[in-house]
Amino acid sequence: MASSRRVIQDLPVIARFEVRRRSCLAPDGSIAGPLPAFGSDADLLIALYRAMVLLRLFDKKAVALQRTGRLGTYAVSLGQEAVSVGIASAMREEDVLLPSYRDNGALLWRGVKLEEILLFWGGDERGNHFSGPLHDFPFCVPVGSQAPHAAGVAYALKLRKEPRVAVCLFGDGATSKGDVYEAMNFAGVHKLPVVFVAANNQWAISVPLRLQTASETLAQKAIAAGFTGEQVDGSDVVAMRAAAEEAIAAARDGEGPRFIEAATYRLGDHTTSDDASRYRSVDDVQAHWKEEPIARLRAHLVGRKMWSKADEERLATECHDRVEAAVERYLATPPRRPETMFDHLYADLPGVYAGQRRELAGERDG
Amino acid sequence: MAEVTLVEAVNLALGRAMEDDPDVVVLGEDVGVSGGVFRATLGLQKRFGADRVLDTPLAELLISGICVGMAAQGLKPVGEIQFMGFMYPCLDQLVNHASRIRNRTQGRLTCPMVLRTPHGAGIRAPEHHSESTEAMLAHIPGLRVVIPSSPERAYGLLLAAVRDPDPVVFLEPTRLYRAAKGEVQDNGEALPLDRAFVLRQGRDITLIGWGAVLREITAAADLLSAEGIGAEIIDLATLKPYDEGTVLGSIAKTGRCVIVHEAARTGGFGAEIAALIAERGLSSLLAPVTRVTGYDTVIPMARLEQYYMPSVERIVSAARKACQFN
Repeated sequence: MASSRRVIQDLPVIARFEVRRRSCLAPDGSIAGPLPAFGSDADLLIALYRAMVLLRLFDKKAVALQRTGRLGTYAVSLGQEAVSVGIASAMREEDVLLPSYRDNGALLWRGVKLEEILLFWGGDERGNHFSGPLHDFPFCVPVGSQAPHAAGVAYALKLRKEPRVAVCLFGDGATSKGDVYEAMNFAGVHKLPVVFVAANNQWAISVPLRLQTASETLAQKAIAAGFTGEQVDGSDVVAMRAAAEEAIAAARDGEGPRFIEAATYRLGDHTTSDDASRYRSVDDVQAHWKEEPIARLRAHLVGRKMWSKADEERLATECHDRVEAAVERYLATPPRRPETMFDHLYADLPGVYAGQRRELAGERDG
Repeated sequence: MAEVTLVEAVNLALGRAMEDDPDVVVLGEDVGVSGGVFRATLGLQKRFGADRVLDTPLAELLISGICVGMAAQGLKPVGEIQFMGFMYPCLDQLVNHASRIRNRTQGRLTCPMVLRTPHGAGIRAPEHHSESTEAMLAHIPGLRVVIPSSPERAYGLLLAAVRDPDPVVFLEPTRLYRAAKGEVQDNGEALPLDRAFVLRQGRDITLIGWGAVLREITAAADLLSAEGIGAEIIDLATLKPYDEGTVLGSIAKTGRCVIVHEAARTGGFGAEIAALIAERGLSSLLAPVTRVTGYDTVIPMARLEQYYMPSVERIVSAARKACQFN
């Protein structure tokens, strides 16, 4: 071993790679790195803040609904709200979102209604026929399996010379799957207009990142696929939005794919079916509360006199009312007729299945 | 009309589909410059360009996954998997996405894609090149599974598959790629999916199969005919969803049935047909429905594969027994 190591060190270097990290706001809200141009756009900063606050409150309500038997399993974004909100805020409507199951923030930013998200997690496919852009993909539950779709979408966009970008979100666990690497590899070969975003919240259910990969960063996974990856402070929505803006613009301009590792932390359980106290300490979680994205941006806005206590109270009331009204609409949604489970199986239901549909309809009527 | 082989018929259909519709793209390993390992895509890249006929990286999951993404954007991708034994990484995409994105989004996104792959044994190929696992695919709701058994049906059914608004797995009988020849008119006319083809009328027994075994079935029917047994031959052609009416209609006439498939017996698609006949054709039956299939073994490599596959003799013997049953 010793001799082979010596030989390797004597060989000439043929390539060097580096990974950069982007950070704009420090955990206390002070400025940690160069602010992007929109850093002086108070309306935009406040819009980002409002979206994250709404998401956190909505998540809380969704968990309450789940605990009382009125919603199925649900995944909260607690601690990582800046990722989905920051990314979606940099997209154009005509861009295509391919989200994982924890990207409610992106869907909401793109116009999906709260009650539609509840409907989906309440076990009704109609929630995916949503008010967001009709070309956006629905939540993807099999981890990372949406990444090849993003490559396919981007290929179609490039083939048609449309100035649109596919944006694919997944978690740190997904970067261990071949799906993600195969998609990135293909996107690199064809310089496709796609941005891959890994929300690295340090945990894939109970498995910590160190058991997921020996890579120093996830961002460097892009290097093997032949394009740029950067690590971003994923609890800093300003940095997230800035990184997304750059990456999406580059992809739109024909410069090919980018990879963004959003380094953040999952403060909540994996889903409502999980109990994170089984595998991580309270102290560990507490330490990360100091970095969370909402308090960070609030401190920044307050420090720059862009936000007041009165604004905060108004926002809390507004979000509360919005969520409550959405929950009411969700709970009042008329149920689907059982036989409608056949209605979107094929463009036209093959005759051989019509009998099964009638059987189901008959059983209910009888 | 020109006489072409089955693989040439596939090539004609792909060329026609691409000519007719700029949204059709062909992708897979070696499909471009090389024209595919079986030459099914020969000349297409020259005609339609490398953007529409693309050599993908060597990654089957990717091929099926990018087809889903392309299809959701309105393209009509036709992916090629070199051999059926290499298509299992695609199952995740077929089961979780291609077959259900229409349902998951209540019709908002759709998946008009075709995944083509050679099917079956009999060409003395290396390990993992001789699979016939169509029953796994036919179990997936939302998918169509099609297997032609002649150049004419390969052409017409592949055109139908490409034009279909839902995902289709198109299995091409490897053994017939060059062995099957027939006249094909390249007129752009598709054959209907979801319909079986009655290849020969007969009143004594129904022989049902799909893909390459139609050759053995036909030879068996000839021998039976010399014995005075009239065999009706059904090429099921589309396994998912399959034409129950043609099967039941034939059983009502003959009262006897032998189902032939190359795939292993247990859980094979023959079991599905036998169950249908038991449920809805029992009163017509004059003899038990029997199956002549591959054995419940791993498909053997080249030296033993001929013993595994349904032979003319096994089919004739099963048909005779059914006709002698009382």
